[in-house]
Amino acid sequence: MTTEPAVHAFRDSLRRGVRDAVPLAIAVALFGVSFGVLAKSAGFGGIATVVMSLTTFSGAAQFASVSIIRDGGGAAAAITAAALLSARFIPIGLSVAPVLRGRVPARFAKSQLVIDESWAVASRGGGLFDAGALVGAGLLLYVAWLAGTLVGVAGGGLLSDPEALGLDAAFPALFLALLAPNLRKRRLLVAALLGAGIALVLVPFVRPGLPVVAASLACLVGWSRR
Amino acid sequence: MNDTWLVVLFVGIATAAFKASGPVAIGGRELPPRLLRLVEALAPALLAALVATQAFATDGELVLDARALGLAAALVAIVFRAPVLVTIVVAAVVTALARA
Repeated sequence: MTTEPAVHAFRDSLRRGVRDAVPLAIAVALFGVSFGVLAKSAGFGGIATVVMSLTTFSGAAQFASVSIIRDGGGAAAAITAAALLSARFIPIGLSVAPVLRGRVPARFAKSQLVIDESWAVASRGGGLFDAGALVGAGLLLYVAWLAGTLVGVAGGGLLSDPEALGLDAAFPALFLALLAPNLRKRRLLVAALLGAGIALVLVPFVRPGLPVVAASLACLVGWSRR
Repeated sequence: MNDTWLVVLFVGIATAAFKASGPVAIGGRELPPRLLRLVEALAPALLAALVATQAFATDGELVLDARALGLAAALVAIVFRAPVLVTIVVAAVVTALARA
């Protein structure tokens, strides 16, 4: 597997992943800053905040759990909420599993670079994913997230208000752009509509995070038909 | 251990374990065709759910705010075959203007 052309191909797609993730890295870094600021206001020490960004690397889980602590919700509630939000990484991880090769430690390390954005950037349609692009995008976004967190912890909160810059809309726009090529196939269009429908219907009734997990059931549509 | 470190520890463990479960269990192996067919539809289902929740939900409530305008602008960009980068920037700029 490690012939020269394969190594070159991996390096090329690694580079492509980094390049495609640059605009996202800017947004992720600014959200990292606001995470650092939020964690500070929730009473997290600087070290705990940076360790969390190092080890968790998931904006949704980190923002949710830290907000709950800030609002006096307690550790159990914070951990439960974050676990529900992260549960979508089970189906997401499954979808990229076939292209993540190597021994268990290597597969574990690469799997930790999976976040919504790196996964989306690595999507090549038809259920296929580019491992190099996933690693490249994941590494850049990881660095951006950590750098942002550090700046936020160091008191750089005045630098940025990501929402005033509209950056929270950048992520759904990215997912829509990467979803679009899938929609020419009828079955995948139905899966997408069903996934969005399931998620939206559940939002008011279940804990945040569960709607997206439940939406993965939409992949069953038309499965038995050939 | 105080609440802060409990949260850092267990949120970290849960997220890492969920991320690793698929790749560690079946990593590198070809999926059987029937499972591949499922995974093929998993990406659009999850992407669409992420679009929906990140554009129209806040703290467990459905909301229609500036993000919807940004998403509509992104859709126009996609229809006109704009590159992904342009699509993202258009969405952010329209959302920011709507909030200004």
